[in-house]
Amino acid sequence: MVMAENGKHYLKKITEHHLFLPLVCLAVVLLANVIKTPNFFQVSINNGILYGYVVDVVNRSSELLILAVGMTLVTAASGGQDISVGSVMAVSGAVCCQVLSGGQVSVNSFQNPFLLAVLAALAAAALCGAFNGLLVSKINIPPMVATLILYTAGRGIAQLVTNGQITYVRVDAYKLAGGYIPGCPVPTPVFIAIGIVVLVSIILKKTTLRLYIESVGINGSASRLVGLNSTRIKFISYVICGLLAGVAGIVASSRIYSADANNIGIYLEMDAILAVALGGNLLGGGKFSLAGSVIGAFTIQALTTTLYAMNVAADQLPVYKAIVVIIIVTLQSPVFRKFIALTLPAGRKPMKPAEAEEEVQ
Amino acid sequence: MKAGEKTMEDRIVLSMRSINKAFPGVKALKNVDFTLRSGEIHALMGENGAGKSTLIKVLTGVYEADSGEIRIAGEDRPASIHSPQAAQEKGISTVYQEITLCPNLTVAENLFLGREPRKAGFIDWKTMNRKSEELLTGLDIHVSPTKQLDGCSIAVQQMIAIARAVDMQCRVLILDEPTSSLDDEEVGKLFSLMRRLKEQNVGIIFVTHFLEQVYAVSDRITVLRNGALVGEFMTQDLPRLQLVAKMMGKDFDDLAEIRNAHEKRKEFDETPVIEAENLGRRGSIKPFDLTAHKGEVMGFTGLLGSGRSELVRAIYGADKADNGTLKIKGKTVRINAPLDAMKKGMAYLPEDRKRDGIIADLSVRENIIIALQAKRGMFRPMSRKEAEEFTDRYIDLLQIKTASRETPLRSLSGGNQQKVIIGRWLLTNPEYLILDEPTRGIDVGTKTEIQKLILSLADEGMSVAFISSEVEEMLRTCSRMAVLRDGEKVGELSGADLTQEKIMKTIAGGEHGNG
Repeated sequence: MVMAENGKHYLKKITEHHLFLPLVCLAVVLLANVIKTPNFFQVSINNGILYGYVVDVVNRSSELLILAVGMTLVTAASGGQDISVGSVMAVSGAVCCQVLSGGQVSVNSFQNPFLLAVLAALAAAALCGAFNGLLVSKINIPPMVATLILYTAGRGIAQLVTNGQITYVRVDAYKLAGGYIPGCPVPTPVFIAIGIVVLVSIILKKTTLRLYIESVGINGSASRLVGLNSTRIKFISYVICGLLAGVAGIVASSRIYSADANNIGIYLEMDAILAVALGGNLLGGGKFSLAGSVIGAFTIQALTTTLYAMNVAADQLPVYKAIVVIIIVTLQSPVFRKFIALTLPAGRKPMKPAEAEEEVQ
Repeated sequence: MKAGEKTMEDRIVLSMRSINKAFPGVKALKNVDFTLRSGEIHALMGENGAGKSTLIKVLTGVYEADSGEIRIAGEDRPASIHSPQAAQEKGISTVYQEITLCPNLTVAENLFLGREPRKAGFIDWKTMNRKSEELLTGLDIHVSPTKQLDGCSIAVQQMIAIARAVDMQCRVLILDEPTSSLDDEEVGKLFSLMRRLKEQNVGIIFVTHFLEQVYAVSDRITVLRNGALVGEFMTQDLPRLQLVAKMMGKDFDDLAEIRNAHEKRKEFDETPVIEAENLGRRGSIKPFDLTAHKGEVMGFTGLLGSGRSELVRAIYGADKADNGTLKIKGKTVRINAPLDAMKKGMAYLPEDRKRDGIIADLSVRENIIIALQAKRGMFRPMSRKEAEEFTDRYIDLLQIKTASRETPLRSLSGGNQQKVIIGRWLLTNPEYLILDEPTRGIDVGTKTEIQKLILSLADEGMSVAFISSEVEEMLRTCSRMAVLRDGEKVGELSGADLTQEKIMKTIAGGEHGNG
């Protein structure tokens, strides 16, 4: 009896963990994949490179993951989303390629140092983030409206940078970031994504940024009175978000060794916002979970892969995605949780303290 | 004899028996009984966290009790109330402190919202307005049914909410802190409405903090303490002092003692902690001079909106002052933002706890350390261990009732939230502590604790600025008081001049106490 009680207690603890539902959603999507494609988890090595559906999902989700990290911070601090990240990726890719090609349409060798190109691209992206941050934090424009400016203008800026051409950088060294490092079976974007997540986690751990962002997101007025500069904190979160979009842009452009202003990162901002939401983060700001967003990003990418595997045409993809997303978000909504809590009578009465927690809030 | 008992039984409209309700770490209700008879006004009393609101929420279906039963007159079986709607159907209505009507609809629309009289599918406006007129006149509420609700005073809005409940055949009416935003005259009107409903055999549960009002209007008092029933008393049989003692669970002459223990004041000969000269901010506070010394409690008084909050906000930099100079311990300083003031040794507990004080979703620990952490800066995070030590220290020192350090602040009671905010500021070790209404909406016991704390902090050498709407409370703690009127500091009182009468006179403007 005691054992059973204990078991129930642990079960409760697990189901109440903030990552429980995001993980369940990911598991469901993965399960669907396995059913549809039995060799989903099969991984093989050909020519020293890992192959397999699951490898593809992880590889393809890299840019999304990087964006989701930035989106999580912006969402938590400002209670709004940055919808310009996809366009900022295009700007970053354009700047990087343009510096490398030295203004030509197609080159077979670097015209400028690679490091210079990367720094220029990141600087441009950070500048975009700073512009968004300024509008949101200083001028108090709602995030969705403020970032709408670069959402529309960003791809135009990218076109201007490349003079309306698609700039090709046909240099093997440039394909490294989006491809494979010789001798390493794991795709490079995976390392970059992991690096970004680890880096941001360390920053959150070693500084007080997490506390500050959450505090400002929950109650800006009280945060100001305890000495936090909420304007600056929101601004910083937008700069970080822009910078990360820049990193994602370089990866995306490296994959196609070119700057395609119209296609790099297209619609990715919506996926990034979804990743944040699927991770169990409140889109209204406040407390956040980076791990949740990472799981959310994998879920979305796995979903995309499933749909491709089911031969859904690319232009119909959003419809199916929307349906699945509605289901997942409903599953995570407080209303649905409460409904489940009321309809599952097992062991509900008498109510134990741990179970009552939700009701208090 | 039996017949007599029978009629007593008949009068009971509601009885709650052995109600239990637990929240994580806290037993909110322990075997609580409550009985309401028809045609009585029954005051429900207790300090914050005593279980009043939990009991009300169980009764109205917001919470479900862990055990116990609720019986309603005329029903054979115990009632099960799972939702506020279910409570409504059983004739239990609640009118909250915050009006829950629609401000942009008319009085009549609000009265009949969701149950509008209809003719051929369309709303029958004529009937609706006529019925509203009848209803309002019957309750002696003088307002036109076609008037828009937000054009009515808060008191009238409250009465309309009550009228709506009455018209929906309520037998049990719960008034939760209905008087806290009303002036004396409005309170009087509300009371006569309550008495009229009493004659119509409605049972009224009256929840309030104001002792005076309990004695003015109630027939019976039920006292709760720490989630348990202390007892049910006839109001006329329970002297006020005893009521307070029952609420607090101890003999209660602490209040009288406070002042005596601290009667002896030091002479202030050092450099003042705060010297303001011509400090002001256009549109909120006219230029004022002010000095505050080490070890003194200085009060700021005046009517609501007189500028007392604006004055301290200008010193703290919450609203940046636009002229004048501020010296801290003799040195001229520039305060551009609260952080500057904090670094110079100031701390500020804001007036509106919910809006400006608590960071609700963060834990008790995070709420306590955040000001000190902000002072230290972003790249010097305090270790988890240090943060936990600080938190434990203030939970202990201020006797904060919380399930754990990691409990979100939102789930604490108002008084405990306020203690967390006080702890937050004490942790920064300030020299000048500004407390704007630290005791508002807080139970008597915590109030006394806070007053004592203020005095002992001053004894240890802190300079405290204290604002309260209760003049009595300030007279007990302050050694000097600044009086404000219409955004201007009009006088300062100290020593023998510190009397209620003198303060009133200064506020009214008959006599300036600049002596």
